[in-house]
Amino acid sequence: MLGEGILKGMAETARNFAGSFVFKDRLTTVEYPEERIAPAEAARVFPFLVYDSKNPADTADWEAGMRCVACQICEKECPPKCIFIEKSKDKKPDALGKPQFYPTRFDIDVSVCMSCQICVEVCPFEAIKMDTEFELATDDRFGGLLLDREQLAKSNEYYHEIHPTEAAEVDARLAGEKAKVDAKAKAKAAAPALTQAIPQEGAGD
Amino acid sequence: MIATMDQIFVLFQHWLVSFLPASLQPLAIVLLSVVAIVCVFPGLFALTTVLERKGLGRIQNRLGPNRVGPYGILQPIADGIKSLTKEDIVPSSANAPVHFLAPVVLVVAVFMGFAVLPMGRNMVLVDMDAGLLFFFAMGASTEVSVFMAGWSSRNKYSLLGAMRAVAQMISYEVVLLLSSVAVVMISGSLSLTKIVEAQNHYSGIFPHWYIFTPWGLAGFVMYAIAATAETNRSPFDLPEGESELVAGYHTEYSGFKFALFFLGEYLAMFSISGLGTTLFLGGWTAPFSFLVWVPSWIWFFSKLMLSIFVFIWMRGTLPRLRQDQLMNFAWKFVLPFTLLNLMVTALWRFLGDGWERWIFCSAILIAAYVLMGRVGMYREHFGPRRYRYAE
Repeated sequence: MLGEGILKGMAETARNFAGSFVFKDRLTTVEYPEERIAPAEAARVFPFLVYDSKNPADTADWEAGMRCVACQICEKECPPKCIFIEKSKDKKPDALGKPQFYPTRFDIDVSVCMSCQICVEVCPFEAIKMDTEFELATDDRFGGLLLDREQLAKSNEYYHEIHPTEAAEVDARLAGEKAKVDAKAKAKAAAPALTQAIPQEGAGD
Repeated sequence: MIATMDQIFVLFQHWLVSFLPASLQPLAIVLLSVVAIVCVFPGLFALTTVLERKGLGRIQNRLGPNRVGPYGILQPIADGIKSLTKEDIVPSSANAPVHFLAPVVLVVAVFMGFAVLPMGRNMVLVDMDAGLLFFFAMGASTEVSVFMAGWSSRNKYSLLGAMRAVAQMISYEVVLLLSSVAVVMISGSLSLTKIVEAQNHYSGIFPHWYIFTPWGLAGFVMYAIAATAETNRSPFDLPEGESELVAGYHTEYSGFKFALFFLGEYLAMFSISGLGTTLFLGGWTAPFSFLVWVPSWIWFFSKLMLSIFVFIWMRGTLPRLRQDQLMNFAWKFVLPFTLLNLMVTALWRFLGDGWERWIFCSAILIAAYVLMGRVGMYREHFGPRRYRYAE
């Protein structure tokens, strides 16, 4: 009959109106600054650089433990070109004790970054991961949004905190690689005469 | 005590005026009433804006404004300060005097309507013999201001909005008048106080409001539809339709002039709800005979706010009509039904006091409603829309 649909609609809105005072599912608002929802595990905002730390409470050794070896793959793959890396001249030992290059500068312009996660996917060293931090508003739109090495460096523990499943997988993979390297080194030590002449570079693969 | 509470504003007014010399008293009484109207209704407007936003929020499963003051009730103050301090922009190609006058004319014309509304026993500014006529004359002149605003802005959106507004308001003005004529036919008076008095009787505990008769209910529904369209409220908010026309006729208005338009829209809503209350809902009379001790002005304003709540409820429910749907609805459904209602009212008047008139009048109206609905929807195919080009 004429007007039936209007009455049905009015009943639905009335249910919403009255229900919002009683039922939680009729009032889904979360009042953001005061209360907030924990981000989903797969949430991603902008990339950060992972470093391994002996002492998780101490953030001073971010530079020593940084996994990045300044290979610049992410810089080349980044679609909006928001990453800027300067490679070091010298080498420093990485987490496996092997001498590696390191970034003397690693900047990400988060005003340009489009959160595509391609840098994370191409990184062979598990050094760059996606953060869930989104409250990056600043009053300096150029300098404030250009994050440098120190601002980007977050510990592996922090990574475990925000993406536990993914971080566990990464750790397992890294441990496997380390075991492989150790086994090779042991084999080398067992047969010193044979490997004497072979240069050391091949050991890391 | 009960009589005092009922007449408290009238007595207060007379007490204030008694300090003046006798020659000035008539003028002072009118001035005081005007000041009261000019203060009360904008206050009600401020309250309604925040209640509307909160109500709409609840309807849409969210909280609505709650940051300014406790539960956000100070929001209208913040909005008022904002609109007062905003820059007042007049487009360089606009017709400046008309552009300035439009919001002023709107608010003045809308305020005039309140002059004849009885807001309580003995609480009417001017008890005119042709109060209803005066009200409609003032209501019709708001169309002028809307068109002034649209035309003087020299903006396509404004002009389109104004043209829509005038087409819509003139179409529904007819319905508004004709649905009120039914009340005049029964009460035999154009005076709004007499119309309220005519409804101020009780059978047992139930009042003789006109809405409780078949023609009164039909007339009230038609009146409510026309009133919604007259005040440009959703679902008839085509003149400002922000998704199509930016803001319609007040696109080029900013700052306090825009606030005046906003005020005018809400005041029109109040005045037209007040008239609907007076005509069909018994004005300031109590809904049950055992509640007559409650002051009459409380009943008037409760009924007014109830109507406003229904306006807000409809706004939260219904999507906007298309222009052709709006016109078809006015001329093909509402107007014929209102004309039929006039005849039914005449029948009611001359069938005497028996029970037959209840059955006759109800049967005619229900049959007409069902029939018109069937005929109107005969060619309409409801359900999911299929796009043939995509197959």
